Amino acid sequence: MTDYKHIGKNFVPPDILGKVTGKAKYAEDFRADGMVFARLYTSPIAHGKVTHIDTSALDGMDGVVGVLTADDVPVVEAPNAAILTNTPAFIGDPVLAVAAVDELTAEEAMTRIRVTIEALPFAVDPLDSLIEGGPDAREEGNVFVRSREGSGFRTVKWTAQQISEFRAGKEPTGEFVNEWSYGDIESGFADAAVIVEAPFVTTGYAHMSMEARTVMAYWQNGTCYVYASAQSQSFWMPGLARLLGVEMSKVVLISENTGGGFGSKIGAYPIAALPGYFSKQLGRPVQLRITREQEYYIGSARVGFQGWIKMGFAKNGRMTAADVFIIEDIGPNATGGDGSSAGGAVSLVYDPAAMRFRGLPVLTNTTPRGAQRGPGQNQIAAVMAPLMDKAARELRMDPLEIRKINAVNSDTRVYAEQRPLTSAYMKEALEKGADMFDWDAKYNQPRRNGNKVIGVGIGQGYHSAGTKGFDGLVRITPDGKIHLHSGIGNLGTYSYVSTTRAAAEVLKCEWEDCVIHYGSTEANLPWSSYQAGSVSTFTHTRANYVAAMDAVSKMKAITAETLGGSADDYDIDGQRVFNIHNTRQGMTYAAVAARAIQLGGAYSGASYPDDIHEITQRAVENIAGTGLIGVAKDNLPQEGVIPGLAAAFVEIELDLETGKYEILDYVGIAECGTVMHPQGLAGQMKGGAVWGMGMAGLERHVYDPQNGLPANVGYHQCGIPTYLDVPLVTRTGAVDLPDPQNPFGARGIGEPAMGCSVAALTAAISDALGGHTFSRTPVSRDMIVNHIAGRPQSFKPQQTNNF
Amino acid sequence: MPSYDVMPDVQLFQPAEVDDALNLVDQYGKDGWILGGGQDTYGWLKDRAKHPTALIDLNGIEALHGIRETVDGIEIGATTTLREIIASPLINRDFELLVRAASRVASPQIRNVGTLGGNVSQDARCWYYRRGLACYRAGGNICYADSPQGMNREHALFDASRCVAISPSDTATALVALEATMIARSVNGSRNIAAEDFFVGPATHITNMTSLESDEILTAVQIPSRWAGSRFYFEKVADRDVWDFALVSIAVVMKMDGNTIAESRFVCGGVACTPYRLLDVEKAARGKTLSDESGDAIAALASQGAKPLNYNHFKIPLMENLVRRAMRG
Repeated sequence: MTDYKHIGKNFVPPDILGKVTGKAKYAEDFRADGMVFARLYTSPIAHGKVTHIDTSALDGMDGVVGVLTADDVPVVEAPNAAILTNTPAFIGDPVLAVAAVDELTAEEAMTRIRVTIEALPFAVDPLDSLIEGGPDAREEGNVFVRSREGSGFRTVKWTAQQISEFRAGKEPTGEFVNEWSYGDIESGFADAAVIVEAPFVTTGYAHMSMEARTVMAYWQNGTCYVYASAQSQSFWMPGLARLLGVEMSKVVLISENTGGGFGSKIGAYPIAALPGYFSKQLGRPVQLRITREQEYYIGSARVGFQGWIKMGFAKNGRMTAADVFIIEDIGPNATGGDGSSAGGAVSLVYDPAAMRFRGLPVLTNTTPRGAQRGPGQNQIAAVMAPLMDKAARELRMDPLEIRKINAVNSDTRVYAEQRPLTSAYMKEALEKGADMFDWDAKYNQPRRNGNKVIGVGIGQGYHSAGTKGFDGLVRITPDGKIHLHSGIGNLGTYSYVSTTRAAAEVLKCEWEDCVIHYGSTEANLPWSSYQAGSVSTFTHTRANYVAAMDAVSKMKAITAETLGGSADDYDIDGQRVFNIHNTRQGMTYAAVAARAIQLGGAYSGASYPDDIHEITQRAVENIAGTGLIGVAKDNLPQEGVIPGLAAAFVEIELDLETGKYEILDYVGIAECGTVMHPQGLAGQMKGGAVWGMGMAGLERHVYDPQNGLPANVGYHQCGIPTYLDVPLVTRTGAVDLPDPQNPFGARGIGEPAMGCSVAALTAAISDALGGHTFSRTPVSRDMIVNHIAGRPQSFKPQQTNNF
Repeated sequence: MPSYDVMPDVQLFQPAEVDDALNLVDQYGKDGWILGGGQDTYGWLKDRAKHPTALIDLNGIEALHGIRETVDGIEIGATTTLREIIASPLINRDFELLVRAASRVASPQIRNVGTLGGNVSQDARCWYYRRGLACYRAGGNICYADSPQGMNREHALFDASRCVAISPSDTATALVALEATMIARSVNGSRNIAAEDFFVGPATHITNMTSLESDEILTAVQIPSRWAGSRFYFEKVADRDVWDFALVSIAVVMKMDGNTIAESRFVCGGVACTPYRLLDVEKAARGKTLSDESGDAIAALASQGAKPLNYNHFKIPLMENLVRRAMRG
């Protein structure tokens, strides 16, 4: 194990103090002279056409300064969500905004507006739209296909018999629009000793961002200043500029802290542009803070699945074939990819010798969907875990063993293209977790104690965990300070800063001498990846590494030019560049920085590499001449899928009379290469565990199919787990084996941290019930009570968005 | 569709004497809103689903606060917080059932400010009603929950009449079991109401969950010594262990003759619009010993007459199981 100075060590991120003292500023906390407050008026019906808007009652109303309608903002082409719309496709779809001098007046104004909407047919369950004669969620169709060959709306219908057979758990025979495969699945099933086949449902649910999205904007000399609740920083810029209809250079984005995004604020969401347009119309700064209720309408939600899966296993437990069919509930705005990602996760985590995926994304008049932590991977993780146990039971295998024999490793080839991996150590994660959890003892303990029964489960999580090609930017100033510029965005995971420690590591500098720049375009930030998809750690340790290496190279060259010799004669340490043949000869970083300013050119940022992004170029231009500039695009070699993996072990005690279960023990093991930030990693693993527990047993969308009304538009109704619903102690660990394609061996982990949890808990519930597989998330109390009492479930087979 | 989260302008009165509060209540009638801990107040107002013009805050009235021993039991002032009830040595000694029930209300934060008066007076939690829809309970002429495809997992098994909402109060079941008396005052005098009559179903009053008139204030709850120190059983099954309403709950008091039940009261929450007495269970329990066998013998009586809706038939085995658990030795 390499002895690093910063990597693998805990530290205090710079935003912590503000968060614990309340001084941290979120988008809502910013004010500007003359600022007015906007409120959204949204659709009360699930699908319709606005035919008339009457705001005459606002004429002359004290404090009301303006109204913005869909006619005042650019049309966003469907299926992308509109800024404001005249064709609402779900209850809560934004129709117009009102601005007033204070929030109370804006809300009072809302009550005086009259909007006439002509109702159109709607569906809140994909199967209700898919059945012949069923309503389409949009006039353009009920399916949106994204493909390289061409994307677009389509209308797909299944016969009543096909729907009926699907509800009965049979292999779907209706039309699908996505398909990929590898190997010979027919042979795989023919060779199988055991075949497991099951229908399944995973219900979508809200992202639940604590900070209801807020954006404030104003224009100054043709530039739009936007204060936003954003999940990413630099990555927001192209989309935000496009929404605002201006060049990127004419947008300044300020986002110092964000109260949760979870995938719902990755890029600029449509209403992020609303204050910009409203401000332009009014000539005043405009703040739009949506209500908690509205956060549940437009704050995004996880894609729901209604599917069918068939798997074959050889006598030794190896998966010989997998066949997966998923109908995706994609809401009205056609997010894409959860279904195929779920298929990819089956391929990667369980390595079937042959596999086929078929998918059908169906539009519904429910809240818009977006990527939510492990989009696709985590839904299928919950489906897979109890079914793996079912196969193990039929093969008389230990559930741990069947997972180990199928565990992904560095030689596994994955997905349709059978791509290589950078590295993978799932078996090691399983073994470490089993050891910490004491799997053998817990699996073999007596299970029944009166009306209580013990259940144990193992879960596995996966998400791709890195990308490449983004920029790094560091600067050393004549005062000796090392400025690390981070454009990732501060979502709250601390990776915006933990990844800059890669630069500090290369520069061998003291952390106390580092200044982290983040939170605003004006902080001169480089082009960075989205703060999502578990990519930050892998991607930006690389970007920081290449920038710091550029700085080191320049410092050596400057010292050689100043003191004589060649750059190869010099090395760095103690914030000095010294001659390796005479260590007393050298220059401090401060002196080198001052010299860089004198020398100019690439040393001071007066020139820069051709291949850096225009955002990075502008940042360099702004700081040129203030010190020594290290800047580079990550062109390091990279090939293959970069996996983030995790394994979890859960023990529960389930009460057979009430359906309640208590989680007695939880162990989560990260397999994310080298651990960069132990506290941050533990936070991810524990937070992911809680989220998974919510998905397994509590959280779901509920819609009344008669009127499209959502039942859960608040924290209480959404059933997020509370402190007493999770174990007192959640234990975590890490495999901590380096990945060869990252300079420090690091990969990402955010999403698998949740996938392993929902899978393990779902498996444990099944185990406690003697192997009964509900094949559904969440497994709610009523389902358990009904099962134990021998009563039918309340919902129709394969029904979704219901209690 | 507007959405709100800013408090509307409303007049706030903070009387220091009961008589002043009674005069305000009399003056404002249905336009007045009695404020205790505020936990079932601010949401209604912020959502613009209720439109009082005056808030009458009782928290400054000393006479409405505190736990007192009486000649025959105890009296709890209406603004006594649930936390104070949980911490009361007197209630713990004699009426631990109420402590157990109060301990399962909402969350520690809410129990710190939530009052007993507020807990028993809270409004229906039906999600359709809370959305502000014009249902029967809101003065309209439809029940969304009791419709062909209504989402009604949390609704009533018994005694529905147009509205199928349930009583959400955890302490209500305990107070009915303990035969508490609710003291209601108005400018015209005082009225003692048996807890069992305090909570009313939709057949009696479709828009109120209690028998309080708009000019009355619930000033105190009296618990007689009749069941002091009896055998108690309370259990609440909810989706979550904190900040959740009962799917089904049960509050039981038993007078024991050795291991034999001499007399009992079984009250279920979450199954009807009021705390629901299990009269057949009480009758059958008399003379039974505490045992699994006794529980099995009488459990099915709990759900007799249940009329499940689309999504709530799980409450039938659940309430039967809670009776079984109460009958265990």
